[in-house]
Amino acid sequence: MNERVAIVGVGWSGFRPRTPEVSYKELIYEAAVRAYANAGVDPRADVESFVTVAEDFIEGTSIFDEYTPDQLGAALKPVHTITGDGLHGLATAYMLIRSGYCDVVAVEGHSKASNILTHPNIVAYAQDPVLNRPLRLNTHFVAGMEMHRYLFETDTTQEQCALVAVKNRRNALKNPLASYAADLTLEDVLNGAPLAWPLGVRETAEHSDGAVVMVLASEKKAELLAEKPVWIRGIGWCNGSPSLESREWGSVPYLQQAAQMAYQQAGIRNPWNEIDFAEIDDTYAYKELQAMESLGLCDAGQAGALVEEGATEMDGELPVNSSGGSLGVGYMLEATGLMRALEAVLQLRGEAGQHQIEDAGIGLVQSWRGVPTTSGAVAVLSN
Amino acid sequence: MTARIKNFPGVSLSEKDFEEGKILFVHDELKADYAWDTGIGIGAYLAGLKRGVILGVRCGHCRKIVVPPRTVCEWCFHPMDEYVPVKDTGMVNTFSLCYVTWDVKRITEPEIPAVIALDGASALSETSVIMGGIMHKLGEVEPKQVKIGTRVQAVWKPESEREGAITDILYFKPI
Ligand SMILES: [Zn+2]
Repeated sequence: MNERVAIVGVGWSGFRPRTPEVSYKELIYEAAVRAYANAGVDPRADVESFVTVAEDFIEGTSIFDEYTPDQLGAALKPVHTITGDGLHGLATAYMLIRSGYCDVVAVEGHSKASNILTHPNIVAYAQDPVLNRPLRLNTHFVAGMEMHRYLFETDTTQEQCALVAVKNRRNALKNPLASYAADLTLEDVLNGAPLAWPLGVRETAEHSDGAVVMVLASEKKAELLAEKPVWIRGIGWCNGSPSLESREWGSVPYLQQAAQMAYQQAGIRNPWNEIDFAEIDDTYAYKELQAMESLGLCDAGQAGALVEEGATEMDGELPVNSSGGSLGVGYMLEATGLMRALEAVLQLRGEAGQHQIEDAGIGLVQSWRGVPTTSGAVAVLSN
Repeated sequence: MTARIKNFPGVSLSEKDFEEGKILFVHDELKADYAWDTGIGIGAYLAGLKRGVILGVRCGHCRKIVVPPRTVCEWCFHPMDEYVPVKDTGMVNTFSLCYVTWDVKRITEPEIPAVIALDGASALSETSVIMGGIMHKLGEVEPKQVKIGTRVQAVWKPESEREGAITDILYFKPI
């Protein structure tokens, strides 16, 4: 058994709306080279197992596992692909080390969203084929209904949700990896076209291409490899009711469960006081508020006021999505969780540049697999 | 079925039940369109095929040549950028006789998929090992005549019809 597991290397590539000059394999390779150099490891000699996250319909190839080894240096080595978010991959890599089976593991996630010409059709295939899909609704409707019920139950306002988009896209101005940085007013966001009312287009993250690779190590290896290891203090995941008919619409109990799992491992009792910053789901602006509440950062219905007061701004009491989040950086499909974890690692190393948060010691990372899922994962990281 | 159970209970479905709409039947078709960026390695390969050239790439570190070209060596993880034309002749490494088409129709004249170990064409390829070969089909041959080790050559589409695709080579035939 290895008691502690650290992230000892990170690498990324792309982080642009389009990356026409490289194939997805070349995009991943660039991120992998950076991560291995960052960790000071040779993948052929030192990395014992590789975990990737991908969804076949998104890639356009069945059994995508077959397409991952060469660009990661993983040929003829233990490799497996999970159809989950990057944080699910991180959890798996964590367990491979925590169990004592491996000392060094790499995890990879990527988005070549620009190559998918019919993404809405593919997302629609996540709807139940007999009960929901025959209604022929654009899958964003799930977010519209969830937002509506959330506003109804908590008295949160549309303005408060829109403020999240304003904040995150402004934060992105200081993040060179962000594709959708903008200095918008509240009116700009509210005056955008409706998508699935009460949800607007400008409260919905746009896609981005990119790849993220991380190298994880056991404590004894981490001491040799990293000057500034970032420790995985806790990691949890949970799925809620898959059924649109019977799920909770105003709150996201699966996220509470995932957070409890991570907090328990990390010994976090009072998240708002103990956590220094959070990189959490903002695929749709309201999701950030709903996530703050489910993650126990505040009570139900309080997140909107905290955003209004500026408590979650970069210089606020608990900065949320200082990277710009998915709204500012871009939505990166299965790589989204790793994109958020990457920001947390940079913050905890003090390498976040212009968007560095002072005295960042403990970071909270959370991700969601998007509509129509109730699939979430949470990680607590520290330096 | 065990000795005690002679028949399954209930009534089995018939084609007629479907025709008469007695069965809930949902038909759906996924519109999944992709525009994959070919990138540096495969982009160079496809451009080569259009010119009638099969390109490989050589790893300067472990001296392996691989077709089609890619930007990283899967054996030693070093970057690769030495593009090497190889010959369009080679030797059958392995093959199969397929009596079922890709969309599951039975055929009497088999299709012959094969991996062909290609001959080197340059000074670089003379000092290097060409790994594997090209995945294609064999043609102009009696299926029973094909052997592992049979010498073959590419039959190309006319230049004006090539489009930078693997199908710019029609098939390989024995020489
Ligand atoms: Zn090599």
